[in-house]
Amino acid sequence: MSLDDYSNDSEFHHRLIAEVLEAYPDKTKKRRQKHLGVATAVDAPAGAAEEEGHEGGLTECGVKSNIKSIPGVMTIRGCAYAGSKGVVWGPVKDMVHISHGPVGCGQYSWSQRRNYYIGDTGVDTFVTMQFTSDFQERDIVFGGDKKLEKIIDEINDLFPLAKGISIQSECPIGLIGDDIEAVSKKKNKETGKTIVPVRCEGFRGVSQSLGHHIANDAIRDWVFDKKEVEHETGPYDVNVIGDYNIGGDAWASRILLEEMGLRVVGNWSGDATLAEIERAPKARLNLIHCYRSMNYICRHMEEKYGIAWTEYNFFGPSQIAASLRKIARHFDETIQENAEKVIAKYQPLVDAVVAKYRPRLEGKTVMLYVGGLRPRHVVNAYEDLGMRIVGTGYEFGHNDDYQRTGHYVKDGTLIYDDVTGYELERFIEGIRPDLVGSGIKEKYPVQKMGIPFRQMHSWDYSGPYHGYDGFAIFARDMDLAINNPVWGLFKAPWQTEAAA
Amino acid sequence: MPQSADKVLDHAPLFREPEYREMLARKKAEFENMPPREEVRKVADWTKSWEYREKNFARESLSVNPAKACQPLGAVFVAAGFERTMSFVHGSQGCVAYYRSHLSRHFKEPASAVSSSMTEDAAVFGGLNNMVDGLANTYKLYNPKMIAVSTTCMAEVIGDDLQAFIATAKQKNSVPGDFDVPFAHTPAFVGSHTTGYDNMLKGILEHFWKGRERLAGSTAVNIIPGFDGFAVGNNRELKRMLDVMGVEYTILSDVADQFDTPSDGEYRMYDGGTTLESVKAALDARATLSMQEYCSQKSLEYAAGFGQETAAFHYPMGVAGTDEFLMKVSEVTGKPIPEALRMERGRLLDAMADSQSWLHGKTYAVYGDPDFVYGMARFILETGGEPKHCLATNGNKAWEEQMNALFASSPYGAGCRAWPGKDLWHMRSLLATEKADLLIGNSYGKYLERDTGTPLVRLMFPIFDRHHHHRFPVWGYQGALRVLVTLLDKVFDRLDDETIEPGVTDYSYDLTR
Repeated sequence: MSLDDYSNDSEFHHRLIAEVLEAYPDKTKKRRQKHLGVATAVDAPAGAAEEEGHEGGLTECGVKSNIKSIPGVMTIRGCAYAGSKGVVWGPVKDMVHISHGPVGCGQYSWSQRRNYYIGDTGVDTFVTMQFTSDFQERDIVFGGDKKLEKIIDEINDLFPLAKGISIQSECPIGLIGDDIEAVSKKKNKETGKTIVPVRCEGFRGVSQSLGHHIANDAIRDWVFDKKEVEHETGPYDVNVIGDYNIGGDAWASRILLEEMGLRVVGNWSGDATLAEIERAPKARLNLIHCYRSMNYICRHMEEKYGIAWTEYNFFGPSQIAASLRKIARHFDETIQENAEKVIAKYQPLVDAVVAKYRPRLEGKTVMLYVGGLRPRHVVNAYEDLGMRIVGTGYEFGHNDDYQRTGHYVKDGTLIYDDVTGYELERFIEGIRPDLVGSGIKEKYPVQKMGIPFRQMHSWDYSGPYHGYDGFAIFARDMDLAINNPVWGLFKAPWQTEAAA
Repeated sequence: MPQSADKVLDHAPLFREPEYREMLARKKAEFENMPPREEVRKVADWTKSWEYREKNFARESLSVNPAKACQPLGAVFVAAGFERTMSFVHGSQGCVAYYRSHLSRHFKEPASAVSSSMTEDAAVFGGLNNMVDGLANTYKLYNPKMIAVSTTCMAEVIGDDLQAFIATAKQKNSVPGDFDVPFAHTPAFVGSHTTGYDNMLKGILEHFWKGRERLAGSTAVNIIPGFDGFAVGNNRELKRMLDVMGVEYTILSDVADQFDTPSDGEYRMYDGGTTLESVKAALDARATLSMQEYCSQKSLEYAAGFGQETAAFHYPMGVAGTDEFLMKVSEVTGKPIPEALRMERGRLLDAMADSQSWLHGKTYAVYGDPDFVYGMARFILETGGEPKHCLATNGNKAWEEQMNALFASSPYGAGCRAWPGKDLWHMRSLLATEKADLLIGNSYGKYLERDTGTPLVRLMFPIFDRHHHHRFPVWGYQGALRVLVTLLDKVFDRLDDETIEPGVTDYSYDLTR
């Protein structure tokens, strides 16, 4: 936690909300107003700020969420396919993931998540490739199951080292009544290879979120307990769940867990192999980073295999230290001592990074609009650098995400769920923060307003941002975004105030 | 500890540090169950063999790394080229997020479009309500002059009727009755983004032209640029050439300003574009010319139906491509090609002659949209190069025949081959078995560069990993000069890289080349 306390201008934020709602037709206004709010301070129990998952928090951020987007408003959300293929399954490196349906979905999501992995692409790993059934009109009319069978055969022929195949359904699959489960069973029987049908058609649910859930369920139904897994469980075996290794995040995390003496037997799903997924039920503890996308399978493993799970946060030194201690509490004293050693080892790096960058970033304001865990998880990383979060929101959060957000954000923070292009632009214009962290679709409009921006999905082609090594990069990146001279050059010197 | 505040290590050097290398080696050895290194090497070699190539080309159903996108992307692109026009894509919302991201990553610019956000209930009952509410919201929030409606495959599979839906929405006052809402059905399972471009453009022309009489006698010309990643630079160059000629013209979909808005503190959701008035007036033009045949077949046919003269080109780049285009413009408008353009031509040829020895005999693999591949191959032939492997995933039989005719027109075309309907995994086999000196394509080609060692030149949409090239033209004599320099730079940089080792190869590290 940052020692500095601050609050945001609650009254101003309420006024901004009222202003943007005026632009909508009445029906839409009624629906949208439930998704916009201002965080309100509550009497926080001691320790509430350090850990999410406690009852209560610093603030209450109750907005409606996980509801259908309104047509025509320019939602920033994606779809279930994006949640399954793009997020959960796509990074599993030694499997081939078929984008099953027309060509576009796979094309637009090809290599865009930056899930780093080690492997010989096209030979033993396949993450940055686009496999598609490229549906044609005849496939829509006559069904695609025969074609899918053929495709599976061709994959086995041309990519013999692929450990398995997942079938990522695009919209038409569910509409034309294809039976991809039957094809999967048949082909699994023929080849013995894992084949996973995933019903993540883009029209299902209201956002990426249902795609995560469906993808989790597919692991439960089509991977777990299908094969004998040879693994002797050790006392310190953990799975890292919900780290997609964007720009190497999972590696910068794993190094810390190993240093404290834990054995990471599976990483889901960045740089993961099928073996790491299959082995998961043999671990002692699930460490979950992106709660939103993978809590489902952790709950299942808890129920079925008795594996406890705990959330952690590896963004920024105060959260990293709190998380290392929290994780260590699940183990013996050796691990707990090790955790302290790891924290102490990296303290000089943290001090040096903060000493270098905090003076350049102190007091700068930030607005976030991201997905998954980041709208809350990165808050303290900014605060560790002396920055302030003035607004945040989730593309596809649920109620439990907003509850958890209360552990992070301060009184008066503007909260926006499934924000529309119009709202976000007006909020940014009104607040004029020093930095906006959001996605590629938001980057260029914001920069044109003269406001520094970092993509907080892809780390703007940088990273890792997790762990202590990542924190140095994070701090450097926020500094270079905010303090670049270009922002001071926008106005032509001959431009008069009146004309500008 | 590898990381330091003094010199922050990025991912590339960070993970090469010993701590991380050891950690990753341990992960691999203990937890990944990956195949043994020897086996991987064997399979890797096999994937580059003739045997594998034959297996690969025998594929019938699987598509691997295709070089094409789907129809609505083209629809969103072409609609962006009209004044204050918002694309409204009817169907699932994730698609729209993808088109916007895809265009933004290439142009490094905002890309606006809205979705009707259809979900399960709309899949059952149809998306009429989504259209009615959606148009009302878009109209009110984003203040467009026109809303161009296209479809995702979801709406197409369930068979939503755009014409009826839009009429109902107007009855329900979602938008005023006389507000312009052109539409096009753009099923993702037919054709590619170039088809979608054509369909949406035709939809817009129909909206403004249908039922009207064309007035003859104009010498004006309409020009359809087609789907083009270099549209910003190309359209401006096109207009410059037409202005130099003194021709009266309308660009049917001009995205140049929309995808190149200035940074001055104001975010412009809309900028530039063809005015709706000029689209209406374009009916009376003498002719409509298309810079890309395969982006405009239906639109040209529609224009021809009104008695307009039409002609289509294949992404005019290089000498003869530009000559042909200018002569056609001259022919239909009656304006002579001015001396200034002949001088530009001469300067291009001067440059080509100066550098000819460095490109003569070079072999190329080219992939991309069919018209680009044709135009590029044609220019390569003009430099004495051989466009050996020409591949268009969205090319068809007719394109293959056009390519074969092009190859036959030059001695350097002997041994060149066109590959319609093939993908970049096929290209990998081609490059692995029959090497080329240079690969010309888009950013996806970098994986081919890695796997086959063929240097990549990025001249085709999308380009994600190099910045701003699209701001410069590749069309016309000026554009050809830029392409020439790009090819030469690649050749020279490569040559320098290959001869840079001191005391070993640097005898050839020549100062003057």
